[in-house]
Amino acid sequence: MIQKIYDWIDDRVDITPIWRDIADHEVPEHVNPAYHFSAFVYCFGGLTFFVVVIQVLSGMFLTMYYVPDIENAWRSVYYLQTQVAHGQIVRGMHHWGASVVIVMLLLHTLRVFFQGAYKKPRELNWMIGVLLFFVMLGLGFTGYLLPWDNKAYFATQVGLQIAEQVPFIGEHLLTLLAGDPNIVGAQTLTRFFAIHVFFLPAALFALLAVHFILIRRQGISGPL
Amino acid sequence: MQRGKGMRFVGDSRISADKTSQVPKDYSEYPGRTEAFWPNFLLKEWLVGAVFLVGFLTATVVAPPPLEGIADPTAAGYIPLPDWYFLFLYQLLKYQFASGDYVLIGILVIPGLAFGALFLAPFLDNGPGRRPPQRPIAVSMMLLALIATIWLTYESAAAVDWEARKEMNKPIPPGETVEIDTSHPGYAHYEANCLACHGESMEGTAAGPTLIGIEYSAEEIADIAVNGTGNMPPGLFTGSDEELEELVDFILSVNEGGE
Repeated sequence: MIQKIYDWIDDRVDITPIWRDIADHEVPEHVNPAYHFSAFVYCFGGLTFFVVVIQVLSGMFLTMYYVPDIENAWRSVYYLQTQVAHGQIVRGMHHWGASVVIVMLLLHTLRVFFQGAYKKPRELNWMIGVLLFFVMLGLGFTGYLLPWDNKAYFATQVGLQIAEQVPFIGEHLLTLLAGDPNIVGAQTLTRFFAIHVFFLPAALFALLAVHFILIRRQGISGPL
Repeated sequence: MQRGKGMRFVGDSRISADKTSQVPKDYSEYPGRTEAFWPNFLLKEWLVGAVFLVGFLTATVVAPPPLEGIADPTAAGYIPLPDWYFLFLYQLLKYQFASGDYVLIGILVIPGLAFGALFLAPFLDNGPGRRPPQRPIAVSMMLLALIATIWLTYESAAAVDWEARKEMNKPIPPGETVEIDTSHPGYAHYEANCLACHGESMEGTAAGPTLIGIEYSAEEIADIAVNGTGNMPPGLFTGSDEELEELVDFILSVNEGGE
């Protein structure tokens, strides 16, 4: 039955090559921990992606309860954490996942760096990876404000003060992020919410797609 | 470099020096003990992922995510602290050469150079060798940056009393402030000894945490009132033992009423 449905679709849109391209490749010996245990260092990139998936899924569920508004943001998080069944675990996954993803990203970056895997022909993919790192730090910074507790509020205020000190564009940057040149308040929260949930994830997905396509085109770097 | 079936590779197991075509080769063409990604290797990755997920979920259940009190822009005494992965930047801005008149060095020049170099690493370190000993400058710069980052993070985190911070910033659901019985004999002692730091209705201030929802016994409360705890110095309570008893009774009665 499933085979028939598959064939019906495949007859019309020829989907086999699409997934075959992902499925059909050889994993070289030097990256396979089954042969060389030290090859576990090649896992960090995959684990980063795995935690990103956890972040996306847990974040989607968090928005079912979260209200990006200064009156209710903290209350909704408090409610989620104290009243909703398993709400604490879902928020915990998103909160700790944000730290784990940075750790994994750092380990992945260091692996690539110390192996010199960014050398020709992989310069572009390295640069995309560094951009991904920046996007991830941006996600961490904007996500930190969303619970709207004291820690979030004052850390964001410091971050915005730093942005303001940038020469020439400082004030515009501050207004862009905070919604107002003087107040860290309701506008700031909705802007950070929009950046955290729409703008940065869009950039993240686009960069990830290019990152993965380039890996498939270029393959994994060879042994040292 | 000669490998496998007489093919020449450019530091890559799949791209040969002579052939630039991206057409996948037959499996038998690959050198070494390769394994098919689908389904053999993916199954193993899946298992590792499952183990990782179990560990991650266990950690999540063991350590609930922290939440402090609702943001209060008027809390002047609050010491801001960013998430741990920004601590190194936060610490950098505390040094004289990176703050005040030189703040641009702290917020733009040093981070800009560091992250700019990271971004452009393939072009700065453009020799053919991939092994770390073949590129001593790049590797030592990275090690230096790594050590500096770890050290700055440590310096910043070591100066923070995490327990006291946690204690000071317990979340109180707003609108759920408890009824304070001002006719209680202990209230007068609270007013005289504790109110200045712990707030009019025990909600806590920048100087002292809330006394609502605490889980101390009568003896512990009496001990803390007299001897202090954490940032609270000893000797703040200046009454007789009888008054202390009334005070403790009052604090306990509020906590029972709050539940």
